[in-house]
Amino acid sequence: MGDPFGLIGRWFMDLLTGWGMESSAALTLLRFLGAGVMAIVLLFACFFLIVAERKMLGRFQDRYGPNRIGPFGIFQTIADFVKLIGKEIVVPAGIDKPLYWLAPLLVVMSIIGMWAVVPLAPGFRGTDLNVGVLYLVSVGAIGTLGIIMAGWSSNNKFAMLGAFRAVAQLVSYEIPMVLMLLVPTMLSGTMGVVGIVEAQSEMWFIVAAPLAALVYLISSIAENGRAPFDLTEGESEIVAGFNVEYGGLAFGMFYVGDFLHAFTVGALFSTLFLGGWRGPGAEQYPLLGLFYFFLKTIAVWFVTVWIRGSFPRVRIDQLLALNWKFLTPLALLIVAVTAVVNKLAVEQGWSRILALLAANVVMAAGVWGALALHGRTVRRREEELRAGAAVSASAAR
Amino acid sequence: MHDPWVFVAFLLPIGLLLPAVAVLMGIILGPRKPNAIKGTTYECGMETVGDTWVQLRASYYIFALIFVIFDVEAVFLFPWAVAYSQMQLYMVLEGVLFLLILAAGLLYAWRKGALEWV
Amino acid sequence: MSVLQIIFLVTGFVTLLAGVMVVASPKLVHAALWLIVSLAGVAVLFVLLNANFLAVVQVVVYIGAIAILIIFTVMLTRRVMADSGPTHNRTWWVALLSAVVLLGGLLALIWQHPAFQAVPAELAAADTSLTVLGTSLVDVNRYLVPFEVASVLLLAALIGAIAVARPVAKGEEADE
Repeated sequence: MGDPFGLIGRWFMDLLTGWGMESSAALTLLRFLGAGVMAIVLLFACFFLIVAERKMLGRFQDRYGPNRIGPFGIFQTIADFVKLIGKEIVVPAGIDKPLYWLAPLLVVMSIIGMWAVVPLAPGFRGTDLNVGVLYLVSVGAIGTLGIIMAGWSSNNKFAMLGAFRAVAQLVSYEIPMVLMLLVPTMLSGTMGVVGIVEAQSEMWFIVAAPLAALVYLISSIAENGRAPFDLTEGESEIVAGFNVEYGGLAFGMFYVGDFLHAFTVGALFSTLFLGGWRGPGAEQYPLLGLFYFFLKTIAVWFVTVWIRGSFPRVRIDQLLALNWKFLTPLALLIVAVTAVVNKLAVEQGWSRILALLAANVVMAAGVWGALALHGRTVRRREEELRAGAAVSASAAR
Repeated sequence: MHDPWVFVAFLLPIGLLLPAVAVLMGIILGPRKPNAIKGTTYECGMETVGDTWVQLRASYYIFALIFVIFDVEAVFLFPWAVAYSQMQLYMVLEGVLFLLILAAGLLYAWRKGALEWV
Repeated sequence: MSVLQIIFLVTGFVTLLAGVMVVASPKLVHAALWLIVSLAGVAVLFVLLNANFLAVVQVVVYIGAIAILIIFTVMLTRRVMADSGPTHNRTWWVALLSAVVLLGGLLALIWQHPAFQAVPAELAAADTSLTVLGTSLVDVNRYLVPFEVASVLLLAALIGAIAVARPVAKGEEADE
């Protein structure tokens, strides 16, 4: 039970080289198979993810959620999938054909691609890029592109509006997200995701940088286009947004991409801030590491679904104001303060972590105070307006 | 050297291909009876008026411009963050200065009202 | 030919083809998307040169930001999809001929450059180069001044963008 992943890999290599294959070719083949298995597992995981999320949302909204097909309704997604296969994909007239068909594929590809650098357990990962953190951002950009292409090619005004909003939103929230990725990079001294997990042996980064983790979580929910930031597909205002003209499995791919992205947000957050596979005994038993990783991922995923089930949708001006007037300045502040405090705290170990934590608490208090002050000003102005309106109304009467 | 990229080079095409297979399955297995009404643009039953590809509001463009500038800034800071642990305090402060100059830009945009959604 | 060379040749071909398609495609949005293909090809070339950081920066900045800005610019123009007139006129062959002659001349000249006979240098390990880049950006003796000037340049670009784009937004009530 020491190292099952290494064992399987070595067994496979021995098998292939035993068949007379060169070791480099065997390694490439092994990587190919690994990539294939990863993509297939991720896509099939959606059967579980979608039904689990709908179940959770149902409970949050005081209803049962899917409960007809199979025990506790767990086969609901499979039934949906069969239904979607059998549906006609209605292709509207006047679309931009190549872009129309390419768009859902790009969205799914960008999310599967993110998993390439996520370490699932010690020694068990897709790959270890030394620029892993920026790779995540760059693959995410492809998904944005897919959404623009979908909205553009559909020949539908609602789809276009959804795509416009999507671009404004996804692009804006990328800034605080990228800035917050600087914090784990700084604390660990590497952009490689594996290195970032290694660096959290002492303590998880969420303890040293809780505000950074919070800003990262908010901006990645926005990147996902989830409630409360689901302006890209506001059902009540723009029908369904960028994917309105898609049907059957072509729509299903956007659906899969959305739900898989939510889970991926959990995985990335737990890797960057919650120590990934780290936990008691994980280094001796990699399987335990895998368990910890998925435990953390599911916990964060649960929180994002909880947020989705609890918050109302924001307006686009509020969305952009939240990003540019709150999250981005806060992110700049966090990067600057973390950099300086971490350098000033000469000693390694707990004192450094406590210094960072204290800096975060001070920042949070400052932000809280500023927000309270701002809220009071806004409320006073509104009251004045209301009083003025009342006066003018009585004068008119 | 290029080793870490081999996996990515496999995963991305597979990630593109698998959904393509799914969509293709949908096209093959599903019925296909197009007609003129089905092909019309879906706007909840209303007749479509005018051209779809309407002009974008200019405010979207301003946000995209600000985004590009901050994106480039963040990219500049990544090597700085990687080398952070080997730096003297004054070097860190130089990076912070870089950050603050752009924060001033954000403040300018804010004061000029470029961040307002009108 | 090694696998790397084959990948290089294919990528180079796709990049150039996409570059041609940028100017040849009648729809503006298609041209923008071909440009993205071309930029992605350049990113792959960076990977082949072992410049991991430049490769991801190429994707983040050029595809993730600048290409989106270009698509926005395209969307700012009116009737983009209707704008599908001919991309070339009757004298296209003259342009092609002169371009080919010029290219041939340049190639003949460049071919004599000694760099083509040089043995490629062993590439440095990517892990250390990033740290070296980071430290030299803030090293007083290396690139500190360009680094800070870059920040000022970005600030100037931001101010310029707001100054240029803002009055347009106020004066023109665009339909959404």
